[in-house]
Amino acid sequence: MTDQPVKEMSFEDAMRELEGVVGQLERGDVPLEESIKLYERGALLKKRCESKLKEAEEKVAKLTLDGDGQPTGTTPLDG
Amino acid sequence: MDLIDDPEQAGNAPEFTVSEISGAVKRSIEGEFGFVRVKGEVGRVSRPRSGHVYLDLKDDRAVLSGIIWKGRAEGLLTQPEEGMEVVATGKLTTFPGQSKYQMIIEDIAPAGVGALMAMLDKRKKALEAEGLFAAERKSALPYLPDVIGVITSPSGAVIRDILHRLRDRFPRKVLVWPVAVQGQQCAPDVARAIAGFNAMTVGGSLPRPDLLIVARGGGSIEDLWGFNEEIVVRAVAASGIPLISAVGHETDTTLIDYVSDKRAPTPTAAAELAVPVRMELLAWVGDQEARLTRALTGGIAARGQRLRDLNRALPKPDMLVEQARQRLDYWDEKLDVALRGVVQKRGLRLTQVTGSLRPALLAARLDRAREQAGAQGARLAPALGRVVRERLREFTRLAPRLRADGVTQMMTQRAEALDNWTGRLARAGTAQEHGRRTRLDALDRLRETLGYRETLKRGYAVVRGDGDVVTGVKAATQASTIEIEFADGRYDLSGKTPKPIKAKKDAPPDQGNLF
Repeated sequence: MTDQPVKEMSFEDAMRELEGVVGQLERGDVPLEESIKLYERGALLKKRCESKLKEAEEKVAKLTLDGDGQPTGTTPLDG
Repeated sequence: MDLIDDPEQAGNAPEFTVSEISGAVKRSIEGEFGFVRVKGEVGRVSRPRSGHVYLDLKDDRAVLSGIIWKGRAEGLLTQPEEGMEVVATGKLTTFPGQSKYQMIIEDIAPAGVGALMAMLDKRKKALEAEGLFAAERKSALPYLPDVIGVITSPSGAVIRDILHRLRDRFPRKVLVWPVAVQGQQCAPDVARAIAGFNAMTVGGSLPRPDLLIVARGGGSIEDLWGFNEEIVVRAVAASGIPLISAVGHETDTTLIDYVSDKRAPTPTAAAELAVPVRMELLAWVGDQEARLTRALTGGIAARGQRLRDLNRALPKPDMLVEQARQRLDYWDEKLDVALRGVVQKRGLRLTQVTGSLRPALLAARLDRAREQAGAQGARLAPALGRVVRERLREFTRLAPRLRADGVTQMMTQRAEALDNWTGRLARAGTAQEHGRRTRLDALDRLRETLGYRETLKRGYAVVRGDGDVVTGVKAATQASTIEIEFADGRYDLSGKTPKPIKAKKDAPPDQGNLF
């Protein structure tokens, strides 16, 4: 377990830890109380992963550039 | 424009003949372009019977005539063909007869591939030596980027392919930086775009991407050349944002592919490298959740089972005390032995202690006891006297009651009875005695008749040795004294040695008894 709060975790970190938690729990060599803590941690991580997956949002924009080739803003772009 | 009509243009300018001017141009051209390399596409090629090769070199705006003299043409490694990109080496000259200038080609070689590649190879080696392509410089792509910066042409198939594939897999925020993907502007545009994305701030109005894709569709090596430029390579190397290169088709390799963190064979593939598949991840998360729950419940169930198993495996209470019991038995036995040992030891100690017991000690106690006994004895006599006096008193009290009358009377009666019985006894005794006397006399007479004395009268004698009757010679010789009894007395033969005679002459004393 890392000390990082689950809510601040990237999807990848949460995913990696969730995988670790599941593996640890499945090995069955964790004391009962620890395994309940692990389960609770796993549930949090799973929630985090799910919320990150729900953030899927498509937003495509094209940069507008000035005469020097520097970005000045965006315009929508159709895929 | 008519020069002759312009009077001011006449003047001092020398007049050339056509030949003169043609000659001057020829000298000028041959002097200036005595040795040139010209790159171009081979146009029309003609091979007249003379053996010389006539051809056109061209690009999109100009045409240059060329001649390969017969002697050179035969020695060429590559024979020119129409459409071929070549680099021709030779000199320029004029052909005054037709007002033409043309190139005398000494050598001709394929352009692009060879020449460009040679140059590319040199550049690649230099950059590689700098370590720009080293594997340890490459950073890992984020698993799920929030914002993806795409550097490509805003129009065309490439951006559409990328956006479509991103939408299929995992819709994300995409910023497109439009650039020229070929031509002179390509390399500076791309380099500026990479640096520009890196200059953005995270979460700003223009959010800094956490992944860049540089993409271009397929094209000739010349089309892709911008992505070989050093300026692009250095921009990619300097990028703090992980970058995927997807330039040309899979077979086209440009220098940006060496320096990028990941090379995708196509723009579509770049999109696949950029994001995971959302649905798969959702399924994965669901799977993880199921495994999590299963593992926990399974773990609890396994523990329950283990508990039950252990409970079954718990030894019986009897078995637990068995060993203790055995030990008890063992020590119990030992205790007996130990006790005997202790008793023996104590016994020994006792004899040691009693050894010190002295008779004097006992005697002292005996004396004390004797003193006590004496005291008691002294009290004994008076006590006895008291008892005797008591008995005497009792006796004197009873004595007067004892009368002689009764006794005297009883004595008289008994005396009379005695007399009576005495008389009767006397009478009976006399009568009985008389009878017995009579009978005794008769018997005595009979005895006299039958006795050996009567026999003696008839001449027999009884011999006695030492007082006893002797009936044989042997006894007679052993006797010290011999007596012979006759009817009228005894005759002693002491001191006379009787002559032994035949025994049959002697008759035993009782021989005559006829009973």
